[in-house]
Amino acid sequence: MADEILLLKGISKSFPGVLANDSIDFALKKSEIHSLLGENGAGKTTLMNILYGLYTPDAGEIFINGKKAVIHSPADALSQGIGMVHQHFMLIPTMTVCENIILGNESKKNGLINVEESHSRIETLSKRYSFNLNPTDLVKDLPIGTQQRVEILKALYREASILILDEPTSVLTPQESKELFNILRSLKAEGKSIIFISHKLKEVLEISDNITVLRDGKGVGSVSPSNTDEPQLARMMVGREVILKVSKQKMQRGKPVLQVKNLNVYDRRGVRVVNGISFTVHEGEIFGMAGVQGNGQTELVEALTGLLSFESGEISIDGTGLRGNNPREVFELGTAHIPEDRQKHGLVLPYPIRDNLILCSYYKAPFSKRLSLNFPYITESSNKLMEEFDIKAPGILTTTETLSGGNQQKTVVARELAREIRLLIASQPTRGLDVGSIEYIHKKIVETRDSGHAVLLVSSELDEILSLSDTIGVIYKGQIVKTLSYYEATKDKLGLLMAGIVSET
Amino acid sequence: MQIKLKAGYQDLLIPLLSIITSLIIGAVIIWASGANVYAAYKGLWQGAFGSARAIAETFVGTTPYILTGLAVAFGFRCGLFNIGAEGQLYAGALAAAYIGYALHGLPHFIHLPIAIIAGIAAGGIWGAIPGYLKAKTGAHEVINTIMMNHIMIRLTDFLVKNPMLDPKASVPRTPYILKTAYLPKIIPGLRLHWGFILAILAIFLIYFLLFKTKTGFEIRTVGLNQDAAQYAGMNISKNFVLAMAISGGLAGLAGAGEVLGLNYNLPAAFVSGFGFDAIAIALLAKSNPLAVFPSAMLWAALRNGAGLMQIRAQISIDLINIVQAFVIMFIAAPRIVRWVYRIKAEKEKAGILLTKGWGK
Repeated sequence: MADEILLLKGISKSFPGVLANDSIDFALKKSEIHSLLGENGAGKTTLMNILYGLYTPDAGEIFINGKKAVIHSPADALSQGIGMVHQHFMLIPTMTVCENIILGNESKKNGLINVEESHSRIETLSKRYSFNLNPTDLVKDLPIGTQQRVEILKALYREASILILDEPTSVLTPQESKELFNILRSLKAEGKSIIFISHKLKEVLEISDNITVLRDGKGVGSVSPSNTDEPQLARMMVGREVILKVSKQKMQRGKPVLQVKNLNVYDRRGVRVVNGISFTVHEGEIFGMAGVQGNGQTELVEALTGLLSFESGEISIDGTGLRGNNPREVFELGTAHIPEDRQKHGLVLPYPIRDNLILCSYYKAPFSKRLSLNFPYITESSNKLMEEFDIKAPGILTTTETLSGGNQQKTVVARELAREIRLLIASQPTRGLDVGSIEYIHKKIVETRDSGHAVLLVSSELDEILSLSDTIGVIYKGQIVKTLSYYEATKDKLGLLMAGIVSET
Repeated sequence: MQIKLKAGYQDLLIPLLSIITSLIIGAVIIWASGANVYAAYKGLWQGAFGSARAIAETFVGTTPYILTGLAVAFGFRCGLFNIGAEGQLYAGALAAAYIGYALHGLPHFIHLPIAIIAGIAAGGIWGAIPGYLKAKTGAHEVINTIMMNHIMIRLTDFLVKNPMLDPKASVPRTPYILKTAYLPKIIPGLRLHWGFILAILAIFLIYFLLFKTKTGFEIRTVGLNQDAAQYAGMNISKNFVLAMAISGGLAGLAGAGEVLGLNYNLPAAFVSGFGFDAIAIALLAKSNPLAVFPSAMLWAALRNGAGLMQIRAQISIDLINIVQAFVIMFIAAPRIVRWVYRIKAEKEKAGILLTKGWGK
């Protein structure tokens, strides 16, 4: 077709034991924002890595502007106008914006790097797309949204005409996401073509001109956003009806389990980020703490789970006060913790699934007998957990690193919910996950609450807070500005509170 | 053409190819220096394995390499780079020598174990100190263990030449240890002593400790992901000290073995270097206790055979150092081997992180 700038035809790729891409077709038109939608493990990242030269396909062809293209490396891809912005940025924090952008592509004058030319080119590009980038800023001083713009500019600097963005909004606040979408629209107006990889159905419907869905390595079809809706997209992604709205029984509230009184917590740089916070979570209740990332939630959860010491105030679980700074103390009091950063705190990636499943419980019988680990029991219990929690992998000895984000999170959840608990603290539990996994995790959280346990849910996803919580507390600058019941809360009300506007509610 | 392999094979193939490539480079250097390559490598082989005596000698050399190799490998497993195996070895030798000559009137089955335990304890304490410093202050173990090496080596020199000096000796050394402190020979007439058996036992013990016990699980978790270890309620500081103590203890045992089984005294001219070679051995074995044995044996074979190689081919004994240096280089930069033999690694497996920045 005339305005087709990119065509992937019959792309197949397999890894040992897994057919990641099964004869996939994908067509991108010029000046189009085309979303690639699919669960983790569906094959989106593999397909894009092939396009970007990180893998070679087993079968299939790539055509750029109608001509067959051969891409052996990212350098090849770049030279043919394909640029990629990864989900996890590849920037050097201690270098300037300019240095990061020109890295590997420096313009030279007399053997020395031509800094003025680089600066002026960057400023021109930055103005053209309203990026507001200053070439001499250090990357580590920039907010995430701005860092992402540096990544995008890197691709534009190399004159990419096709931009691949991998889960770009996963690290952005709602405000930054809006700004990103404006930038994407202006890029589109300038003739750039964009491939937008995402899980988030709402965003995909908002920004795309065209949507292609992958499932289990195969292409399921392409639809235009005007012809489809969230339920249909979810159905295409997962292959069955997906429950997007969680159904819960009426809350049966019991005794208080977690009581926090006047808690003050300082972060690792010595700044007070939790300011005299007080709240209570009861049995059979989901307390949702809503707030934009960076208002003290991370440090609050770390203090509650013993990863960070607290300056003053009280934390008690079932009436027992915490001394603080001791994760095992919290564990022994019956607390389960789904951490915000599963790869940092929640899992040891090089370990097999089995070892991650015993990470917290290994020291107690029956997991260990005297000095040794009790492998027969561990093996049996791990197999049961894998099945019960639907962790999709060849076996318990599979290295956790190879699992998809959703399965990694299920491993964390399986470990945490496998035992009798009193309190579940779930921090951003569905970050970076696909629709199927989100549905599963939400189901588990509601089950925990329905069994009479207490749940503290900390999330920056308003939809998640609204659909799961019984009680909602909005955190702003380290304090709870208001607590409401779920039936009093609306997205608008919460949005205002999250921005610190308390007055008329 | 690219060679694509199943993930597991690469772990074995890359070290093997590193060794072979290094030997090839050695052959080129031998040829370039005008010597006979065949004679040289035949001499190397025969020197290491050509007779019962040679094999025994190779095993004698393997013993301290196994123990110090285990020591460094164990440290790596906890994310610690123990460059102090050498000093810990000296500490063990010193303690074992002292117990060996100073305690009189004890039967063999008491004196020997006490001497061995003293050696392990001395090495363990010497290793625990930098471990404790890291736990308390974040001071990097690389710097501290290097400094501890200097301290212990000089201290040993001083002690052997002064308070521990045997006044009747013609060279500066401690008195000979009593017969009741001897590590007996395995085969009379050969130098191979029971320290070798202890080293083999240590391999299985360390393997069991690392992979089958709660303590080993903690140590490995701390080494792989400190944040997750903390989240799991593990005490990072305790594990640092414990890992360094065990590591030091193993190196101390190596020193004790040399004194109690080979030299029967500690001379001022005590030559070691085992603690430094141990780093290469641990890397070659990828910190796997079972793989430390072939790795240590390779090193000992190269050292042992070098003498005969020198005689047969009239080349410098330093050639062995060159071969060993290349092995180390290839292990540290496996990409080179991959590139030469066109072996593609599709997914990089997570390796063991050797060291991180300065303090934390």
